[in-house]
Amino acid sequence: MSGHSYQGKKNIPKITSDRLLVKGGRIVNDDQSFYADIYMEDGVIKQIGDNLIVPGGIKTVEANGKMVIPGGIDIHTHFQMPYRGTTTVDDFSQGSKAALAGGTTMIVDHVIPEPGNSLIEAFEQWRSWADEKTCCDYSLHVDITHWNDSVKQEVDTLLKEKGVNSFQVYMAYKDFYQMSNSELYEIFTFLGEMGGIVQVHAENGEIIAEEQARMLEMGITGPEGHVLSRPEELEAEAVFRAITIASQTNCPLYVTRVMSKSAADIISQARKKGNVVFGEPITASLGTDGTHYWSKNWAKAASFVTSPPLSPDPTTPDYLNTLLASGDLNVTGSAHCTFSVAQKAIGKDDFTQIPEGVNGVEERMSLIWDKAVTTGKMDENMFVAVTSTNAAKILNLYPRKGRVSVGSDADLVIWDSDAVRTITAKTHNSAAEFNVFEGMELRGAPSVVICQGKLVLEDGNLHAIPGVGRFIPCTPFPDFAYKRIKARKQLAVLRAVPRGMYDGPVSDFSPMSRGGTPSASARTSPTKQPVRNLHHSAFSLAGNPAQRGPPTTEDLPIRPAGRRIVVPPGGRSNITSLS
Amino acid sequence: MFSSVDGACDSKTVDCDNFSAGRRGTRTPRSDSRDRLLDHTDGDVPETASEASEVRAVGSQVSSPGEREDVRPGVEIEYPAGRQCHSGQKNGKSERLLIKGGRVVNDDLSQYADVYVEDGLIKQVGDNLEVPDDVRVLEVNGCLVIPGGIDVNTCLMKPHLGCSPVDDFYLGSRAALAGGTTMIIDHVTPQPGDSLLEAFELWQESADRKCCCDYSLHVDLPHWHPGVKDELEVLVQEKGINSFQVYMSYKDSFQMTDSQLYEVFSFLKELGAVVMLHAENGDLIAQEQRKVLSLGITGPEGHPLSHPEELEAEAVFRAITIGNRVNCPVYITKVMSKTAADTITQARRRGSVVFGEPITASLATDGSHYWSKNWAKAAAYVTSPPLSPDPTTPEHLHDLLACGDLQVVGSAHCAYSTSQKAIGKDDFTLIPEGTNGIEERMGFVWDKAVATGKMDANQFVAVTSTNTAKIFNLYPRKGRIAVGSDADIVIWDPDRTKTITSKLQQSALEYNIFEGMVCRGGPVVVVTQGRVVYEEGEGLRVQQGSGRFIPRQAFPDYAYQRITTRSKVKGKQGVSRGMYDGPVYDVLATPKYITPSPSAKTSPTSQQPPPIRNLHQSNFSLSGAQFDDNIPRRSGQRIVAPPGGRSNITNLG
Repeated sequence: MSGHSYQGKKNIPKITSDRLLVKGGRIVNDDQSFYADIYMEDGVIKQIGDNLIVPGGIKTVEANGKMVIPGGIDIHTHFQMPYRGTTTVDDFSQGSKAALAGGTTMIVDHVIPEPGNSLIEAFEQWRSWADEKTCCDYSLHVDITHWNDSVKQEVDTLLKEKGVNSFQVYMAYKDFYQMSNSELYEIFTFLGEMGGIVQVHAENGEIIAEEQARMLEMGITGPEGHVLSRPEELEAEAVFRAITIASQTNCPLYVTRVMSKSAADIISQARKKGNVVFGEPITASLGTDGTHYWSKNWAKAASFVTSPPLSPDPTTPDYLNTLLASGDLNVTGSAHCTFSVAQKAIGKDDFTQIPEGVNGVEERMSLIWDKAVTTGKMDENMFVAVTSTNAAKILNLYPRKGRVSVGSDADLVIWDSDAVRTITAKTHNSAAEFNVFEGMELRGAPSVVICQGKLVLEDGNLHAIPGVGRFIPCTPFPDFAYKRIKARKQLAVLRAVPRGMYDGPVSDFSPMSRGGTPSASARTSPTKQPVRNLHHSAFSLAGNPAQRGPPTTEDLPIRPAGRRIVVPPGGRSNITSLS
Repeated sequence: MFSSVDGACDSKTVDCDNFSAGRRGTRTPRSDSRDRLLDHTDGDVPETASEASEVRAVGSQVSSPGEREDVRPGVEIEYPAGRQCHSGQKNGKSERLLIKGGRVVNDDLSQYADVYVEDGLIKQVGDNLEVPDDVRVLEVNGCLVIPGGIDVNTCLMKPHLGCSPVDDFYLGSRAALAGGTTMIIDHVTPQPGDSLLEAFELWQESADRKCCCDYSLHVDLPHWHPGVKDELEVLVQEKGINSFQVYMSYKDSFQMTDSQLYEVFSFLKELGAVVMLHAENGDLIAQEQRKVLSLGITGPEGHPLSHPEELEAEAVFRAITIGNRVNCPVYITKVMSKTAADTITQARRRGSVVFGEPITASLATDGSHYWSKNWAKAAAYVTSPPLSPDPTTPEHLHDLLACGDLQVVGSAHCAYSTSQKAIGKDDFTLIPEGTNGIEERMGFVWDKAVATGKMDANQFVAVTSTNTAKIFNLYPRKGRIAVGSDADIVIWDPDRTKTITSKLQQSALEYNIFEGMVCRGGPVVVVTQGRVVYEEGEGLRVQQGSGRFIPRQAFPDYAYQRITTRSKVKGKQGVSRGMYDGPVYDVLATPKYITPSPSAKTSPTSQQPPPIRNLHQSNFSLSGAQFDDNIPRRSGQRIVAPPGGRSNITNLG
């Protein structure tokens, strides 16, 4: 493991000249599985096949028929996240170690600028933290916490120059991060044009604020108040609204943290209707439920606090795993955001003050294997898709990441589907005192983890080196999300109906605040080219309404008398009279 | 409640000959409306002296419904025996009527029975009734005898940029009666900043003067602040209003935020009122309108393009979510699209108390007409939410009405003339919104649902009349043919066919959006307040101002019974646990970046109630010990046994 001495050098393509041969494994990609050996050099897979011709004396890993899968990509982490003057207990080093220990070889962290601060500065800040400490490759999402023209400019820069293609917006956290519908519409429109992915934290912040006030008024101050004030309906409502806005603006949508059945159902219904929407359940929602909020142990209950909350419905994890298997939900993250008990205790007298976040970066892969693959819901190819490949596609990193193929990064995991381990805070790699999966026995675990072509986990020993992680830039317009969007953009052109101007009388009215003084003039409008409009009805009114009854004094100005037919340049059009 | 009706009814005695003579010069409804429009100050002055006095009398009574019994005139004039039926109420007495040989159809059963009506009430239902000799007998020969329709949504006085609709309470209620609707519930639409009470009185005063059938009022909330609460209380408790509409659309004028909606829902729930929603996402509509206008689309087609049905469905979903949170019944006005209707259906499957109201226009036509080359025709269809361009929408909505997923049918009749619509000739966002439908409502439900076999006659009665009466607490006074109910009866001929045309309609509109459609089924006789006001072939014999305001009590059972029970059982409870006594990270409340200092303060433990068994509590138990089981916080632990009982603190029990 001489390569490990190269600690601290970043962003240099050839970090080491590690050469590695994985023999006798069954390669599992998202589309197929096959037996082959893998030879990698300089952090890149160079050859795949049988009887490879490789240099002598290289390190060989015997897979013994076990699965060799692309390393996991955890698309949602919050390492080293500042929170009211403190930071989460897992920094980029601790967090990425935990990731590697669980078979995840790339993480995507969220940059959260304070409202009012520069997005780019925050992004650079996160870059410097991550470059210094991360043990595996990483990428970044940037959260848009406020919206104005300068933010727009920064988003543009981030997309075009900084290698960020995904931005999260919040529909919750009233008076803080929350965006109004109009702002969401503008952001979605903008990102839809620029090729970015909109991620939403989907919860109705306004109603949550009302419910929180109500809970506190009722004297409920413990962690159960968290879930009581954030019922899953509010998550589903926001998901529904976000999908509506995305569909209006023709922008792909990514829903972070799908925590409840109803939210997941909304996503799968929308997908059936053709919306481009991706759902991300997280380790916690796939592995445990919200009944623990009622634990008598405050610290334990508080450790489950995250937003949207875990659903108290114990059938939720099963359901989400099923949707993951069927492809209605696409990617899995961990939303790993760990606070110590002392930090959580900021909210000991008021659940709204409890810092939100659960662990899960280490448990993610094993948990999905245990809950979905060993139960027969999901096959191993789908497992690879939801833990790695789909994420790579959305980030536009495929096939560099998320696939075992020649030319891809040498991020591999030899997966032992028979290994059984018990999750406990005593042995996990996170610095958190509580583990929300405490006591679970999970089948399936990585036996060997290769990151950037180097062995980082072997025989139960983790050799992670802080600082070797590279920032992987993501480019806009990922095909996985944007191919359909682009095609629809060409179709969805709105056209006006070419018709003559209305030339009848116009009632006097008092303009409220809406427009200037109206003039009842019979101007001719500039007409467009008369395109055949397929919406145009074939229905025609029988009978001329002008002929009903003898004309009274009031009738006269309305119809024939004052009629003036104008034939506009674009073609003849009938105006107030029926043809 | 019923007794007050008698007096009000009896008092409406008028010499019909004089009445009709007085109206002779203004037979056509159209010209009549023009008179009205031309001269607002005195256009409503009754034409005959008898009517004038009558109107005054009625007006004075209706302003205080409770006093009606006292002013009962007590005139009892015997009808001469063998009186000619067709001459009607010659002596100005409300008729005694016997409806013979009909099939009485209520929402729950149909039976062959005769119905005897006296003093505006149904006195007897059954076979071989013993009735006085001098009653007028209506032989209906097997036609259906149904409760008069209740049009739950009309806007006969809704101003738009200073214009009033061309159909006022008089013309509108005439049209209603001609279509078999014997009661309307109109929307009081104050402008933002106006007093609700004043607006209500304005509407009530106008309706008392003009309305020809019984009516009630919904009040729309144009704004929300604490002062409104007092007005709402007065309206509910003293004025007999139990339904209020709020808007999720019309940004910067009527639109309410989610927080305001939550407050409105919470408040109205306490009052026992029904929340009605105009469900569309106003923020997004404003954006879409800007976009569509910027594309150079200014015609009526811009209206549906900027109001896509998704935005309706979104708002419906949000409204239901808020309703569920507050535990409050939600009533969606104007269900115009399949997706909105489906959203309601799904919510009902999940147990939400939600009611949906499709309107005549959404049940009978579609939004393809917005693309008409004829501006005036396209503009006539402009309403919000817009008609869906999907031509299968009406069928789908009828299916849902038939199976009970949608409950009531309104008309949202809001008639603006072409010249009024033309306010928006250069900008579709200024087109006054509203379509006709008050007269066609019953007919189209029959034609599209009953005549096609989707719905039976009982369900027809339910959706056109009974359900409305139930939701708004008028049942069984309205919406049912039963002894003691108001004598609002329609003799319905399923085989009659009629072609809809603006030439023959009662409304003053130039365009009828259903123009040319053939409609099977229609009323042959309409009886309201015990008087025959419409007979096929004879036309309408109505009396301006004869409509009574029907006050409605709060907490209608149909909407509130489940809500009340849920409020009782769904009380939320905190977990009784000891205070957390571990270390706490110090943070200052608002400023975000402050140097933290982790301190191990012990929190003061407060009195704890004895631990109650909480049913929410999980039976899942962690099998392993937790990380913190072994110190460090243990050192600082201080177990306090509070007076109320022992409580366990950070360790697992």
